[in-house]
Amino acid sequence: MTKSKSAYSVPGKIGKIERHIIVVWVDNEAGVLARIAGLFSGRGYNIESLAVAEVDKKKHISRITIVTEGTPQVIEQINLQLKKLVPVHKVADFKRGEKDILFRELAMFKILGNSKKLEKVKKICKKFNPVILDKTNKSIVIQVTALRAEIDKLALDLKSLGLISTSRTGAVAMTKGSRIFN
Amino acid sequence: MPKLLSGAEIVFKALEDQKVEYIFGYPGGAVLPIYDELKNHKSIKHILARHEQGAGHSAEGYARSSGKPGVLLVTSGPGATNAVTALTDAYMDSIPLVCISGQVPTHLIGTDAFQECDTTGITRPCTKHNWLVKDVNDLSRILHLAFEVATTGRPGPVLVDIPKDIQFKKGNYKFFKKTLKKKLNGKASKKISNSELDKFIDLIKKSSKPIFYTGGGVINSGPEASKHLRELVSLTGFPITSTLQGLGAYPGDDPQFLGMLGMHGTYEANNAMHDCDLMINIGARFDDRITGKVDEFSPGSKKIHVDIDPSSIGKNIKVDLAIVSDVTTLLKTLIKRFKEKNKNFVNSNKQKISKWWEQIGKWREKKSLNFINSDKIIKPQHAVQRLYELTKNQDTFITTEVGQHQMWAAQHYKFNKPNRWMTSGGLGTMGYGLPAAIGVQIANPGKLVVDIAGEASVLMTMQEMSTAVQYRLPIKIFILNNEYMGMVRQWQELLHEKNYSESYTAALPDFVKLAESYGCVGIRAKTPNELDEKIKEMISVDRPVIFDCVVDKAENCFPMIPSGKPHNQMILGPEEEEEISDEGKVLV
Repeated sequence: MTKSKSAYSVPGKIGKIERHIIVVWVDNEAGVLARIAGLFSGRGYNIESLAVAEVDKKKHISRITIVTEGTPQVIEQINLQLKKLVPVHKVADFKRGEKDILFRELAMFKILGNSKKLEKVKKICKKFNPVILDKTNKSIVIQVTALRAEIDKLALDLKSLGLISTSRTGAVAMTKGSRIFN
Repeated sequence: MPKLLSGAEIVFKALEDQKVEYIFGYPGGAVLPIYDELKNHKSIKHILARHEQGAGHSAEGYARSSGKPGVLLVTSGPGATNAVTALTDAYMDSIPLVCISGQVPTHLIGTDAFQECDTTGITRPCTKHNWLVKDVNDLSRILHLAFEVATTGRPGPVLVDIPKDIQFKKGNYKFFKKTLKKKLNGKASKKISNSELDKFIDLIKKSSKPIFYTGGGVINSGPEASKHLRELVSLTGFPITSTLQGLGAYPGDDPQFLGMLGMHGTYEANNAMHDCDLMINIGARFDDRITGKVDEFSPGSKKIHVDIDPSSIGKNIKVDLAIVSDVTTLLKTLIKRFKEKNKNFVNSNKQKISKWWEQIGKWREKKSLNFINSDKIIKPQHAVQRLYELTKNQDTFITTEVGQHQMWAAQHYKFNKPNRWMTSGGLGTMGYGLPAAIGVQIANPGKLVVDIAGEASVLMTMQEMSTAVQYRLPIKIFILNNEYMGMVRQWQELLHEKNYSESYTAALPDFVKLAESYGCVGIRAKTPNELDEKIKEMISVDRPVIFDCVVDKAENCFPMIPSGKPHNQMILGPEEEEEISDEGKVLV
């Protein structure tokens, strides 16, 4: 046990780290993203990915999806602290791996290569809803939607096939069935 | 069509509708239109500080002693950055403040204009919310919302940044009463359920080693909360301890009161917290100065936590029953339900907790606040005790700076009423007490207001004496002068082999002459013999006083819990100081 005569206590035991997806509905006003991001950085929480866009043009509501990691206690704090912010309407929290939640990320890959290689690219992207956005005889821009880990793996596989540029979004999430977030 | 008003007029109209009587501030280029408008509003008095930090702490002192929000008016750039310490202080200690800051004209924002800074960016982490007003027609809604946010749920500071062109522009004014669509801060949106209350009462009845642990939330909930707390404590016969911020909610001289708990709390309070089987936390937040090492904090107890801020619950300590509520509301309903079924509980339960009280009696016998007095040199604890004895019969308001003197004040001055004790607890801001005393005196004319100060702290905002003199505020600055940053020196003694690195202040001013130069009264006491007479002289003078109380330079503040230790391992006095590990040193 650490012995201390300091003005601060020694750190206690750290709980198990979980990955969560937190969805936040906010007023789409100036500085709102800075408030959310500042809350995370100021209190030492992680942001793995973040996706944000206005979802209700009339009421100016944006939906922010944040992927984060922390102990159950930290995750609970993130939820409670977010709810205290004035522009936040509601917060939903899902554990990664929950069954009735859908997650998707989108990625765009640019690959340079001859037609043979590009055919190969199309083949290995097949499982991930590929859309060819642009094509020349020596390049291809392909869009896929999949889970984070799948995109990670795909990017790795594409490397040897001439992947030169990757652009990815953060995860977005939605419940299955008729249930909605509340 | 309603008459259009300028932005500056709208500011005052909103302040009038919010029944603001005083604003604390300092003018500058970007707020001049608002200052120009001041003359047209006789119901609002402006108190000119000498530094925006001083204005901020004055507004805090005003708010804490009156229960009303404090209002602060500063200019752009340095005006706003100077206010940041006060805003952060208010944020940590849950004080409602509304800060209005000027900003460079809209078209210059982002150009690094003269006295421009990103005020809303800088103050985002130290306010509950802030706004940059870009349209004069939004101004009245934002100002009223600002007051609502500052005072709703867990109180705190807010800031409204108004560009200079918006202050000139004409727009509509409307008085918005309740504008918030949602309950802020989770202010108990639902009624407290009977099952929660019954669980609460059940825990009370089952306990044989209970303790109330109450904090600033009781004070913030208003004077009624203190009344109910007193009733509940007397209905149960349980012991009660308080945090630094909660002092005064329960009478400090009552036999059921164990004194303050925490790092410099009493032996009986801390041991009772450690050994109890039921801890009833009302309006406190399990701060690290209270819990010490979290893993070993009160290991055998069931814990109840009442807090208005849901994010305070479970943040540091897991509890068995959590109730998100305003303290007054909770206590009222709890007492009503408790009385229905538990008539004469105190007497019927006496037997059950008698052993507990016996044990507390044994801890009390240690007399942990004792110190070795001297007849040659003034001991700082003695000075606070004498101040208490000589002022306890009048309604006295105490503010403090931060350090040893603050802890001695908390230990030796006994408070019997809420809102009489204003100290910077969360942020620990040296320089808080003098300007806070100004705000307290403004809110409480005719009352005795004393800042128990250290000579190092008070020099940080000494310029505010000029404010006190200007407005004829007879505040008393009672300096326990040991020529050291005492708490720093104490830690250096305990942790750093008495290497008193930079904690001694050479070339201190002569405080008596300093007082004279400010146009107030300077008094010095050097020996215990003359102390009482000098204190009486200080109280009787109807002018601001700087009291230079020359005290023992080497005195340390005991008892203390060395951090990292549980509550039952306090150091009672210098003879118990132990060797310090290297790991411990890193953590200061």
